[in-house]
Formats: sequence, C-alpha cells, structure tokens
Amino acid sequence: MFGRDETSFRSSGSRGANYSVERARPGLPSTSAKRLAKGLGWFSIGLGLAELLAPRAIANISGVSNKHTGLIRLYGLREIGSGITIFSQKKPTEGVWSRVVGDALDLTSLGIAATDPQAKLGRVAFAAANVLAVTTLDVMCAMQLSGGSNRGIHAKGSCVINLPPEEVYSFWRNFENLPRFMRHLEAVHDMGDGRSHWKARGPAGTEVEWHATIIADVPGEVITWRSLEGSDVDNAGAVRFERAAGGRGTIVKVNIEYNPIAGPLGAAVAKLFGEEPEQQLDDDLRRFKQVLELGEVVVSEGTLFGTGYMAQRPAQPPSASELEKAEMLPSQTATNYGGSEEGLHGRAAGRGTQ
Amino acid sequence: MRANCWYGKTMMSVEEVPDPQILNQRDAIVKITSTAICGSDLHMYNGFLPTMQRGDILGHEFMGEVVETGREVHNLKVGDRVVVPFTIACGNCFFCTQQMFSLCENSNPNAWMAEKIFGHSPSGMFGYSHLTGGYAGGQAEYARVPFADVGPIKVPNELSDEQVLFLSDIFPTGYMGAEMCDIKPGDTIAIWGCGPVGQFSIRSAFLLGAERVIAIDQVPERLQMAEQGGAETINYLEQNVYDTLMEMTAGRGPDACIDDVGMEAHAPGLIFAYDRVKQAMMLETDRPHALREAIMCCRNGGTISVIGGYGGFIDKFPIGSVMNRSLTIKAGQTHMQRYMRPLLQLIENGDIDPSFVVTHRLSLEDAPYGYDIFKNKKDNCIKIVLKPDWTGNGNGGAVKDDSYTVVH
Repeated sequence: MFGRDETSFRSSGSRGANYSVERARPGLPSTSAKRLAKGLGWFSIGLGLAELLAPRAIANISGVSNKHTGLIRLYGLREIGSGITIFSQKKPTEGVWSRVVGDALDLTSLGIAATDPQAKLGRVAFAAANVLAVTTLDVMCAMQLSGGSNRGIHAKGSCVINLPPEEVYSFWRNFENLPRFMRHLEAVHDMGDGRSHWKARGPAGTEVEWHATIIADVPGEVITWRSLEGSDVDNAGAVRFERAAGGRGTIVKVNIEYNPIAGPLGAAVAKLFGEEPEQQLDDDLRRFKQVLELGEVVVSEGTLFGTGYMAQRPAQPPSASELEKAEMLPSQTATNYGGSEEGLHGRAAGRGTQ
Repeated sequence: MRANCWYGKTMMSVEEVPDPQILNQRDAIVKITSTAICGSDLHMYNGFLPTMQRGDILGHEFMGEVVETGREVHNLKVGDRVVVPFTIACGNCFFCTQQMFSLCENSNPNAWMAEKIFGHSPSGMFGYSHLTGGYAGGQAEYARVPFADVGPIKVPNELSDEQVLFLSDIFPTGYMGAEMCDIKPGDTIAIWGCGPVGQFSIRSAFLLGAERVIAIDQVPERLQMAEQGGAETINYLEQNVYDTLMEMTAGRGPDACIDDVGMEAHAPGLIFAYDRVKQAMMLETDRPHALREAIMCCRNGGTISVIGGYGGFIDKFPIGSVMNRSLTIKAGQTHMQRYMRPLLQLIENGDIDPSFVVTHRLSLEDAPYGYDIFKNKKDNCIKIVLKPDWTGNGNGGAVKDDSYTVVH
C-alpha cells in the first residue's frame, strides 16, 4: 500500500530503540519511602485487626466511651483496607494517601469523643498525640511517593494506524485537530511560531488553559511539546511515528505528562472517579485511529456519553434530549464532513419522525 | 418504535423506544421486515454474558428496507431490500482489509471492556452486550446500521425473506464452521449441536464435499431435521458418543469435528453436574462439554472447528490430546462480509433453501414468548422468525409451520 525501502525502515527502527521519550519521566520514589510505606501497611493491618477484634480495649486505651465499639470496628475495617491497598500496589501512593484521609477521620472522631462527658480527657489527648505522630509519618511518606508537588502523572500509549507516517504526523501536527479525539480537550489554537493555546476540561467541571511550545518537530517522525510558565496545568507530551514493517501503516507512540490540579491527592480522587490517565490515553488513541482511518469517531447507542463503564447507557436509540447531551458525537469529530449542523441532523430522505 | 428489550435474566419486554437516527455518516436506517432469535441471544437471556444494561435491545439477525442513508453511503439507496450481517466492520482497518471482518479494529467503541476479558477485542456486534460495542439490536421495527456501505447486501425480490434472512448470521456461521474443517473428498465430519447453526453446518459440509456427516444432539426434532439434511445422527442421551463414533469410523475417528454448541453445553451424568456447579460458583464461565468430547473423538491430525459461542474461561481442557495427536483448533466469530455474497449465490442457484430451518413465525410483540419456547425447546421449536408488522397477542398465537422443506 505504501512505498517503503528497507534501509529507511531499519534506520528508523534502530533510532526507535535509542530515542527515549520517557527521559522527562519523574523519578521513581526512593526505596526508603517504599519501605516506610510497607511499615505503615503492617501498622494499618495490626491496628485494624485490634480495632475489629477488641474494640472495647481500644476504646479503653484511647479514653472514649464504650458505646462506640461499632464505629471502632468500622474504622478497623478501614485500616485493614488501607493496609491491603498498600500491599497490593507496586507503588503504594494511594494506599498511603488513604491512610492520611483515615488519620484525619480519626482525629475528627477523637475531637468529637472528647466532648462526651464520659470521655477520659487525658487518655483522649494521649491517643490524639499518637495519631498526630503517625499522621506526620503518613504525610511524609505519601508526599515522597507522590514525588512532591513538582512531579506529575505520566501516561503512555500506542496504536497502529493503517496510513503512512507522513499523513498521521501531519494530522497530529495540526494541534487544532487534537480535540477531535482527545475527550478532555475543548480547543487548541495554533498561534504560529510553534506556539499554541490549549483549553481543556478539568475534573468536576473545571476549565483549564495553558500555552504550549513545540520543543522538537521532525516531520513524519516525532513531535514534542511542553506548556509555558503561567499555565494552569504544567504538562508535556511527545508523540512518535514509526513506519510499521510490511507496509502495515504507522506505529504511534505517545507519552504525556502533567501535574494534576490539586496535586497528587487530586489525581487520586480523579482515579476514584474512573479518570485513569492511561485508560484515558488509550481511549483517545482509539478515537484517533477511528478519525484517521474512518474520518469520524464511531459511536454506538450505548457509548453516546463516553466509553467508560459508568458512562454507558442502554443500547437503544437516544431521545432528542439525550442526543443533545451526548459527547464526542461524530459531527464534532469528523475530518471530512464539514459543518456540524448537517453532520448530525442532515437526513438523506425517508421518515421525518423523531 | 417497538423493540424487544432485555431487563435481566429471562426478563424480556417489548417496549416503546425512540426511533433510531443517523449518528455516523456511514450509517443507514433499516425498516425491519423480518428478524430472528438466535441461539446466542439465549446467552444473554440466561444471564451468561456480562456488561448487559437494562433496556438493551437484543437481536442480530435482521433484514428489511433502507429508509435513510448517511452522507457517505453511496452503494445503497432508500427502498433497497437488504440483509444485515451481525458483525459490524469498517472495511478500512488492518483486519478488514484481510477479510477478517469480525476482528475489525474500529467498530467496537467499548474495545477496552473486551480487552479485559479476551486480551484483545473482536469487532462490534448488534445487540450483543456492551463489551461488543453497546449497539442497539434488530429485534425492533427499525435499526441503525453502522458502516452500511460495507455490511448489508442487497437481495433480489424473487427470494422470500425467509430464504435470505439467515444470511445475517446462522447460514454463514454454519458454513464457516464447515469451511474451517478444510474438507477433502472422503472426509467424515462430526457435528456437535443440531440447533439452527448446526443444521447449516451439516448442509454446508455436504456442499463443501464431505462424504459423511454425523450429527450429535438430544432433541428428537432437531435430530430428525439433521437426518433430513442427509446426516447420520447420534442421540447422546441414548448412546455413548465416543464409542458410537469410533464404531462408525472404524476406530479412527471423524476427520474433523465442529462444535456448534458453545458455552451452555448439556451432557449426561456427572461431568455436566461438575461444570454446572463450577459455572454457578463462577469458577468457570462456560461449560465446554461438547468441545472436550469433540477433541477426544477427533482423528489424529484432524481439525476442531469451534463456531459455537464461548464467553470466558473453561476448565479441564484436554490440551494433552490436542498436542500429542497434532490436532488443529480453528475458531472465530463469523467473518460475515466474506460469506454473504457467495452464499446468496448458492441460494439463487437453488443449491440450498435456508427457510427449511424455520419452525415458528411470531409477531415482534410475542418475542418474550418466543425466547421462552426457544430456550425450553417447547412446541418443537427450532428457529423463530419475528415479524414487526404482525399483531401479536403475547402468547404466540400466530402461524406455526412444522412442515420443513429440506433442500440438499
């Protein structure tokens, strides 16, 4: 399908092996932070078991009334949950942050318990001091694991597109095309001179903007960019295009890095709501492939509000009001169909119902 | 419009839903004249397919008249009579350009769900859970057909709906099952399952040059229909399948075996109880009895063709038998767009009349009743065609026809 000579393929292959778009990747957390996290994990499970099995003893030690054993048991389960999360993650950032949230809950509960006339204030204060000490450790560990505020989230993804690299490159190079398949981008405006202005939807309906500049641009091969100072979200990205062997089109490899709004905690919350960065990038790349190979994003009745599990709607035709709310409709994403009005509502002929 | 919607295990209801409309520019809207209930619809009816949503419209075997086309559909026009394939394929991607349409890379918007269960995703499919796309199905008055320039084929007016309807799934599926056996002159083909797909595998095996076809089932009317198609039969409730097959093939075994049963196999005795319990406890998702037996019975160096639907994971898979005896396993959802035109040609030539398989014709309104009699094999039910323009009374009080026309 596409002309290609062996030498150019080989050379691009070997460059692929050397070129590292990941060099800007934040450093992995130090082993000491991981070791500390493990310690905290064991602490969680130990304390959790004690709270679950001997809530009266715990109530007694911390000087709170005996009538709260049910709540203490519940907190025990929470502790065990944190412990399990820490041990089930390769990089236990969320697990440790969940401990920080738990600490805050414990401190609040102790504060409320102190107002109880039956409370033994001395013991409550001692318990609170202990929790505070552990909280300090938790926060330190979580910050280290999250890499502090100057390190961000990294996502990478790849796909194969049945078109030659030059075409795939030039579609991406026109940044104004990106919102057609990147669900969170609202608009990108090319200001010329390698500079561009980006507008995106953040979590919970927020809107963020930034200016970006191109760092590297090799036609048909690679584009890298990063945000300029004063951005709402610091971010950088790299996309690489390689000719696939045997005339099988183009291999696209994308690396994206950004500092989430509200820091690592914000990222953890976003993850809870299904905004997994890697999954998001995969979905974006699937749409990228559709837009390039087919000219528009493919929708089914079930995926009018997005492809996430929670975003699914029944596989039956949408009502007119649902259709208005739909995201990523082909009319907004099409490359070759022009005007959106006609794209969505233009009927060839036939029934004038609905 | 009216549509047959899924609301949970064995809970179907015909409801009023919005009319479909063009969403992608290669869509067409088809006014459905005939639609069928497929054996694989029962996997959802019985609650064995995950990612279903209340309100999903089922159905992937349908045909009708084009009433509207998207701007990029140039080969169809309003008024064309078409049969729609159950696999949705874009025609442009790596797999489509190699004729492997049921592996289309672009037609499943929910590919990530399938990737979690299967590792990679097959194509999108009509009315077949959200993990194959979340597309509204064809047990309805109208359907939106994506990639209408690649999927649907026009059919001549001389042929009746029932002669061409099964080009939408079961005829090509049964045919692909037989084709994967790479049949050579003199071959004996054993076929597990005499449901509608099995019936087409039997006839396709003969069309492809098989010497003998041995069909295995337990339902008398299905075995009878298999015999009318020229097959020898084994009722597994009455005979030991392995022993009988060996006796029939002088101890060598059939040259190729087709599994037309899939994940809800039945079997006599303990092994069925074992699989049923494991399935109920979610320790395996599929009951692979037919597949295990097909592997054990197949001759050395033979082929196992798996066309019956599987959804997840199985247990006690006889890999030792496969490996030590050089068996080949072939499988797949049907690459529909590859087969529809050649098979339409066979129908036009009079080599086969697919309408033989129809036992019941019901109004669309009676679809829930249809699922019940099809699942429970009541009233000698083998294949149900639903007619959206008939009026129903909720209990299937419509025409029934038990005089099979077998053309072989």
